[in-house]
Amino acid sequence: MSSQTSPASQTSHSAQPDDAPQPGQPLSREDLAKLVAADIAPGSYVNLGIGQPTKVSDYLTPEQQVTLHTENGMLGMGPQAHGDDIDEELINAGKIPVTELPGASYFHHADSFAMMRGGHLDVCVLGAFQVSAGGDLANWSTGAPDAIPAVGGAMDLAIGAKEVFVMMSLFAKDGTPKIVADCTYPVTGLGCVSRVYTDHGVFLIETHEDGPRLVLREAYGIAPEDLVKRFDFPVVIAG
Amino acid sequence: MTEFVDTAAEAVASVRDGSTVLLGGFGNAGQPMELIDALLESGTTDLTVVSNNAGQGDRGLALLIKERRVRKVICSFPRQSDSWHFDAAYRAGELELELVPQGNLAERLRAAGAGIGAFFTPTGYGTSLAEGKETREIDGRNYVLEHPIRGDVALIKALAADDAGNLVYRKTARNFGPVMAAAAAHTVVQVAKLVPRGSLDPENVVTPGIYVDTVTALTPRETQEVEAA
Repeated sequence: MSSQTSPASQTSHSAQPDDAPQPGQPLSREDLAKLVAADIAPGSYVNLGIGQPTKVSDYLTPEQQVTLHTENGMLGMGPQAHGDDIDEELINAGKIPVTELPGASYFHHADSFAMMRGGHLDVCVLGAFQVSAGGDLANWSTGAPDAIPAVGGAMDLAIGAKEVFVMMSLFAKDGTPKIVADCTYPVTGLGCVSRVYTDHGVFLIETHEDGPRLVLREAYGIAPEDLVKRFDFPVVIAG
Repeated sequence: MTEFVDTAAEAVASVRDGSTVLLGGFGNAGQPMELIDALLESGTTDLTVVSNNAGQGDRGLALLIKERRVRKVICSFPRQSDSWHFDAAYRAGELELELVPQGNLAERLRAAGAGIGAFFTPTGYGTSLAEGKETREIDGRNYVLEHPIRGDVALIKALAADDAGNLVYRKTARNFGPVMAAAAAHTVVQVAKLVPRGSLDPENVVTPGIYVDTVTALTPRETQEVEAA
């Protein structure tokens, strides 16, 4: 990492006591983004997926010196551009106008995905419809027969980074967990997710000799013992 | 040798009915709008278009699809909030779609330009987009065999070309330009400006002129020189 790497965000919010997570409450989307940002190791090269993961950049601190990658060909991406800073030729993967930070670089698409597939990115943060207990990811298609399919970089992102963090709400509208024994939605990648950040808990998917293990690191708004009962497969409470 | 032509119409003359056309751009960034407009004017039809997206709003590729000049799209992300022309053509069954993960799309184009017969990639393994494809386990990891995508013609956009056909790009508008330039039998580039041989730093050339067949400048050099003076 270069000492010239600049903060990934110029709009970092410092955690104030009054907006700290309230004990006994599920995490808000902002709190979740804050938690993910705090868990990213200093000096990391990071790709933030479209949607909720983008919010993580608001909480990365200058001290972390995180360099953001966008798969359409840039390292050193800065915050969203506004007003006169908007440039149609400087956009992120969500096609939102962004800015460049000192030390930024541009490269073509094959290089950008080689960088990802080659395991050079430290962390990728993605949204998901479902994650399996073994780390399979489903986030590109609902499988609805009449839907127009679109995959973008989802399958490349899923298998490329050293660690894949998922951000999502833990429970579907029908109350069932979105961490499942086996994905029922079409999968994006197999065994690729290492952590799942949700409003009700943070889960680690650990690799062991006898297979993957789903570990509840911390629960929010519910006792860990009660949370693990919501799953119909074993979830280990970190201890 | 790179040829230099005065108009976008002349530049796209190498596109024939039924051609496979590689279209640069990620969304509208780097999309060669003026070349696509010329293609619309030319009436060329029955095209297979390879591009990341399938047109946005009422510009560029979206208009080619609206006019039903495109038979098949090979892309990663056709569905967007403003992809109404693609959506209509696809739902009407008037457009074939081959959906390719974005990194595989880029690498298949790169492979074509680099003379690679096919390659094993982990992307897409175990998913519906790899169904029917050959797979192999290599050193404990699973891979899918993917084949190159070659174009008859590439239409791309760059910032500037020199008289040797060397190209430089601008910011994230570079995207698929360099790999598409190498992957097509004939590469056509629209540039904002032409500069004299020797005025691009050889260290900074992104696409060497060997990959560039036809260049057209949106602003004639005479106008540029007047502005520069």
